[in-house]
Amino acid sequence: MNNTYDNEMKIEFLSKSNNEAFARISVAAFIAQLDPTLEEIADIKTAVSEAVTNSIIHGYEEKTGIVKLNCKITKDEVFIEVSDSGKGIENVEIAKQPLFTTKANLERSGMGFTIMESFMDDVQVESVLGIGTKVTMKKKIKNNSQEEEKIAITTRREA
Amino acid sequence: MESFFQKEDKQLVFKINEDIDEYCAQKIRRRLDNEIERYMPKEIIFDFSNVSFMDSAGIGLLIGRYKFARMLGGNVKVSNINTSIRKIFEMSGILRIIPETKEEYKNKKEVQYE
Repeated sequence: MNNTYDNEMKIEFLSKSNNEAFARISVAAFIAQLDPTLEEIADIKTAVSEAVTNSIIHGYEEKTGIVKLNCKITKDEVFIEVSDSGKGIENVEIAKQPLFTTKANLERSGMGFTIMESFMDDVQVESVLGIGTKVTMKKKIKNNSQEEEKIAITTRREA
Repeated sequence: MESFFQKEDKQLVFKINEDIDEYCAQKIRRRLDNEIERYMPKEIIFDFSNVSFMDSAGIGLLIGRYKFARMLGGNVKVSNINTSIRKIFEMSGILRIIPETKEEYKNKKEVQYE
């Protein structure tokens, strides 16, 4: 495990769905120092939103609890951990299936994990019934300023 | 959210002006259904020009309105979706039942605000 992160932040908030925007915007602001592309920011915001919504809607259901969000970065990678002390997931493999949802009555689309998995490079889910769920996600960020420099150098050479 | 109804074409437009997540979906779901029930539109257009962010709650919201509109004999379309929202639309396959329209939904002058 890589324990040498360049920067890290942690926030905790109540399981209210109006905190979903707060969570994804906080992460977007924090990772801005890596100079990600707009697409990378959008992908990460969406994945965070899905994970946090799951904790609020499924983990805590109607109850109020604390959702913890931990974000670490290295030079070119983002690590995000979203955890709750909610009811837990009975079968993670089934929960991850596209379109699977236990809350069709709330018009949940069952796309949450599918979106996390396709927008991030790696998604791990640990869950214990009655104890809670932890989602860990990772994404590599292309270093844009370096890329831009390279392009600038090549263009100069060509010119 | 703004909405307007165009009588001649029985077209109902919902222009959403915020991020669409679970919080927003819970908030606007009933209002959307009330208006669909009130106007019984032939066509419903969700205009995304002022939506910069949407997650899977948006997919659930659209499918729910699609089912309701179909029951009342209407269709649902989406317009002005940005690149990141398009990614979610494409991933979910929702555009097969709720297609994208490029057509300008009427000149605003002709639209009757209600």
